[in-house]
Amino acid sequence: MDQLDSGDTAWMLISSAIVLFMTPGLAFFYGGMVRAKNVLGMIMQNFFCIGIVTLVWSVVGFSIAFGEGNGFWGGFDFFALQDLSGSDNAIPYVVFVAFQLMFAIITPALITGSVADRMKFSAFAIFVTLWSLLVYSPIAHWVWASKGWLLERGAMDFAGGTVVHANAGIAAIALALVLGKRAGWPSGDFRPHNVPFVLLGTGILWVGWFGFNAGSALGANKVAGYALLNTQIATGVAILGWLAIEKIRDGKATTLGAASGAVAGLVAITPACGYVSPMGSIAIGAIAGVVCALATSIKGKVGIDDSLDVGAVHLVGGVLGALLTGFFATVDTNSLAHDGIFYGGPWSVLGEQALAVGATLGYSAVVTALIALLIKYTIGLRLSDEDQITGMDESLHGETAYRFTSIGGGGSLSSSVTPVKVPEEAKA
Amino acid sequence: MTKLVTAVIKPFKIDDVKAALENLGVHGLTISEVQGYGRQKGHTEVYRGAEYKVDFVPKIKIEVVVADEAADDLVAAITSAAQTGKIGDGKVWVVPVDSVVRVRTGERGADAL
Repeated sequence: MDQLDSGDTAWMLISSAIVLFMTPGLAFFYGGMVRAKNVLGMIMQNFFCIGIVTLVWSVVGFSIAFGEGNGFWGGFDFFALQDLSGSDNAIPYVVFVAFQLMFAIITPALITGSVADRMKFSAFAIFVTLWSLLVYSPIAHWVWASKGWLLERGAMDFAGGTVVHANAGIAAIALALVLGKRAGWPSGDFRPHNVPFVLLGTGILWVGWFGFNAGSALGANKVAGYALLNTQIATGVAILGWLAIEKIRDGKATTLGAASGAVAGLVAITPACGYVSPMGSIAIGAIAGVVCALATSIKGKVGIDDSLDVGAVHLVGGVLGALLTGFFATVDTNSLAHDGIFYGGPWSVLGEQALAVGATLGYSAVVTALIALLIKYTIGLRLSDEDQITGMDESLHGETAYRFTSIGGGGSLSSSVTPVKVPEEAKA
Repeated sequence: MTKLVTAVIKPFKIDDVKAALENLGVHGLTISEVQGYGRQKGHTEVYRGAEYKVDFVPKIKIEVVVADEAADDLVAAITSAAQTGKIGDGKVWVVPVDSVVRVRTGERGADAL
């Protein structure tokens, strides 16, 4: 057992904290894109993910993902997080558990974007619980656990291009298909209600992503440095790529496009960041920005209401990043990498990347659809059209996000609202 | 007798119109933010390639109650102050008012203005 390294441990503690912050960031990224009547419903789904996945992961999810088990399933060695200290290394194993928990939280949260405005809260709660245990934990095991079958075959996924993004992206499409379209889609007014929220969320995601990607080096070292720099480069360039497409295709570059391009770049560099060079990151960022921007038109053509483009950004971006890693990976960046095609590596490197992507997509799509169908035919998945028209905030949570008008709002007039339950002392 | 002059104008013209009305000695007016369209149609917004045509254009509605004989001058002043010569400058119309009461004093008719 190596001696504990306080520098490594400090970096992993900080990374864990800022990766958690990504999920509230995502809540604002998505929340700004929905209509005003659904913003709390969207944010609630993301905060609920933080709650339920924390519980599920601590009791059994971590064990399924990182227990020894076999190539496909980690088993119950770490049930209830017992016997962790035997695996202490340069960082205490408990810190690794916490770091991985934050990944387990944000992955199902990514799915919420494709099913915006129309899913029952009870159905969502059951879906996230089952999905975390039956989809996320097993795939994390395949790719990241020491005995995982994809890791043993040599697949490279530095921070989760397949495990997190391709996985959540295909699950988002599968769930949206079973759930059906939003009432009124695509002919109605589905414009984002608060684009500044989207950009605010993007900023939070971006900073948190440094913990996500550079933290995946599991130490404060040179590979972490590469991961951080490569993340920044690809993300910046991806903004430019997305905006270029908008300028050419739509006539105007938009702020929503800048935010979307940044997230596309962050997604695509995720599997690659600890394996590629800074110049490789420019290429990956540019390709991701352009291709993901173009991919937003697919949903309309195939008639799937992937409401906030989880497919175009996370599925397409994640798959691109995983495959491009097979071209751009270099041992100059990371001695644990396999040289990609552009560095004289064999085509089998790309083949292993493609296999990891294919296995993830196939498993995730099928199991996600099964979970969704199970819920659909038991308690039901969809909100009624009437509740959708009212909006999730009122129909599901009994709240109002914005009260800016003077009548019934935060202004001087209060006669239209009568408090029903107030504390006893306040009455006297 | 009194008349209600209502004008729907371009929002950036509200300061010019207010100044013109002050010059005429108008003591008060009511404005509201409204949306609508006439011959000037709305604009287009594109979000991730999804195009939306926004039909309603933001406008300011001005309402002033004046004495009968002042109405024509008021309409002329608003028209000249709000005019840009481009499509979308708005409309002004005048309707008779049966009665006006000043809430503070109970005065009626022209005295209430």
